[in-house]
Amino acid sequence: MNIHEYQAKQLLAKYDVPIPVGDISYKTHDAERVAKWLDEDVMIVKAQIHAGGRGKAGGVKVVKSVQEAIEEADNMFGMKLITPQTPPEGKEVHRVYIEAGVDIDNELYFCLLNDRSTSGITMIASTEGGMDIEEVAEKTPDKLFKVHIGPGGDLQHHHVRKAVFDLGLSGKTAKKAARLMLNAFRAFTDLDAEMIEINPLVITGSGDVVAVDCKMTFDDNALFRQREVAELRDDGEIDPLELEAARHDLNYVKLDGNIGLMVNGAGLSMSTMDIIEHYGGKAANFMDVAGAATPERVAAAFKLIYRDPGVDGILLNIFGGMMRCNDIAEGLVAAAREVGLSKPLVVRLEGTNVEKGREILRESGLPIEPVGSMGEAAKKIVEAVKEVA
Amino acid sequence: MAVLITAESKIICQGLTGSQGTFHSEQAIAYDTNLVAGVTPDKGGMTHLDLPVFNTVAEAVAKTGANATGIFVPPVFAADAILEAADAGLDLVVCITDGIPVRDMQRVKRELKDSKTVVVGPNCPGVLSPGFGKIGIMPGYICEKGKVGVVSRSGTLSYEAAVQTTTAGLGQSTIIGIGGDPVNGTNFVQALELFLDDDDTEGMVLIGEIGGTAEVEAAEFIKSWKKKKKPVAAFIAGASAPPGRRLGHAGAIVSSGAETADAKKEALRSAGVEVADTITSIGDAMKKALGVS
Repeated sequence: MNIHEYQAKQLLAKYDVPIPVGDISYKTHDAERVAKWLDEDVMIVKAQIHAGGRGKAGGVKVVKSVQEAIEEADNMFGMKLITPQTPPEGKEVHRVYIEAGVDIDNELYFCLLNDRSTSGITMIASTEGGMDIEEVAEKTPDKLFKVHIGPGGDLQHHHVRKAVFDLGLSGKTAKKAARLMLNAFRAFTDLDAEMIEINPLVITGSGDVVAVDCKMTFDDNALFRQREVAELRDDGEIDPLELEAARHDLNYVKLDGNIGLMVNGAGLSMSTMDIIEHYGGKAANFMDVAGAATPERVAAAFKLIYRDPGVDGILLNIFGGMMRCNDIAEGLVAAAREVGLSKPLVVRLEGTNVEKGREILRESGLPIEPVGSMGEAAKKIVEAVKEVA
Repeated sequence: MAVLITAESKIICQGLTGSQGTFHSEQAIAYDTNLVAGVTPDKGGMTHLDLPVFNTVAEAVAKTGANATGIFVPPVFAADAILEAADAGLDLVVCITDGIPVRDMQRVKRELKDSKTVVVGPNCPGVLSPGFGKIGIMPGYICEKGKVGVVSRSGTLSYEAAVQTTTAGLGQSTIIGIGGDPVNGTNFVQALELFLDDDDTEGMVLIGEIGGTAEVEAAEFIKSWKKKKKPVAAFIAGASAPPGRRLGHAGAIVSSGAETADAKKEALRSAGVEVADTITSIGDAMKKALGVS
């Protein structure tokens, strides 16, 4: 799960990570209140969307007066920010954060993340703050410092001492940076984070260490025990179809093609996207109807895809293991009766209880004829959709 | 003789009395699996599917001599169930449960660092050895005793590999679903090692997907084979996946160039692996790698 920058900062502040003073606003008059309260010589007005690259897209402005802050905030509300990380049409700004400017002496980079190659947590620090870290890794790997913490292990004082000296810090600043790193790690494990990226981590003119921009993501599987984090979810940042799918416990990602997919299993779902592309089509979505689905969930999934205006035809590809083909067939028949079937539908059904499933389809009287193989199914739906278009 | 599940396997099911545990244990029994008991806390003493139910894994082991388990408990309790099984000294722990927090699995990794217990999963379809039985949710009817060892991150794709190697007349020695989570037990390299040492396995199918670098590590391992080597065929799912989007599996996300399907296919090809272009040509790729027509 993703959260906004200001939410990440507020969470980190609870763990004594220093952040610039600031507050969030939802309307221009909110922004006015925040700007007047801050009343600093330099303030930063920041659009809050779940995507990086905001600065270049006009979503971050440095202002020198309360009036200017209010004007910039007013401009940002309702603006569609287009960055390399947003969908092509951009993301609309509904929240604007205003914070005090920081006297920057040096910009560093700091990140904690779950590292699948070590099954533990890895800490990354770099002297190249404010840059795209993948680019730093590629061009100047000697400026990137990593500490691998073993599975289930803790960040030790000697780990952070090494990191701060690698970063060239000394004296009180080094101590402050070390404390910030240990505090961020405590937040990471306490909150079941997946990643905490502080970029830039700023050293101020007076030697203080401040988290000026921050991105945090969380392990979805752990949200059941992180109620406070779960409540930070901003539904406005999620595609409405994806939101609807999540309500039915469906794994769904909207894509830009026109063939709706309904598949069980993430691997099979991806491979179905791949084979559709192989035969010259393009998937409108990724969908894993997942493990123990009920006929009701199958029906909800089918209706969701069928009603997507971008979908010209549907491919149902099921290889049941945990999932039982009779449940799929039952759900499909119920949904098809409800929506009618004016868009082409191709069904491939295999796996647990397959005979029962095929029988339900046969006896439904609906024009649903399962095809034998996945290759055949993919070819058939790509052709059918071409005819429609 | 197959790997992980063999003629010596005595298997229990943790979560036997739950709905998933019940359904898939019935299927396992129908597949002639040597299922000897179940474990459900506070239901010890009862009989379910004609099997004795115990309160703890240790008790089940003491009474039945079990050496393997399949875990069908909810995600909140699953990490603990793995640790309980390892504590009781089982050789093989297969965890089917999906949705275990990463931090819990990191703890499991720490606790089992020096353990002899082999953990498969979580978030996996299980292990199946035709002729010897199965743990997990793989449909038995698509498999046939034979010479291909299958290892897969994805459950449904392991079924595709099974069907296709069956249809190709090759059959399988064992199918291992290692699971789609970012932190898991057995990895590709360990599974390939098992197959390399197994006399019944003549070739391997490896099914990977986008995200992480486990397939690249497998390619490096295959490259290091000297005298003892076996042909490998592979498929990687997610060539058409948009970067930065998580597709179903917690681990299936492209976050850097090395994690794309193309990069993984290239690494495997350079290790001499026969890489299938589409999911439907896995059987053909294995035949080609084995040199049979």
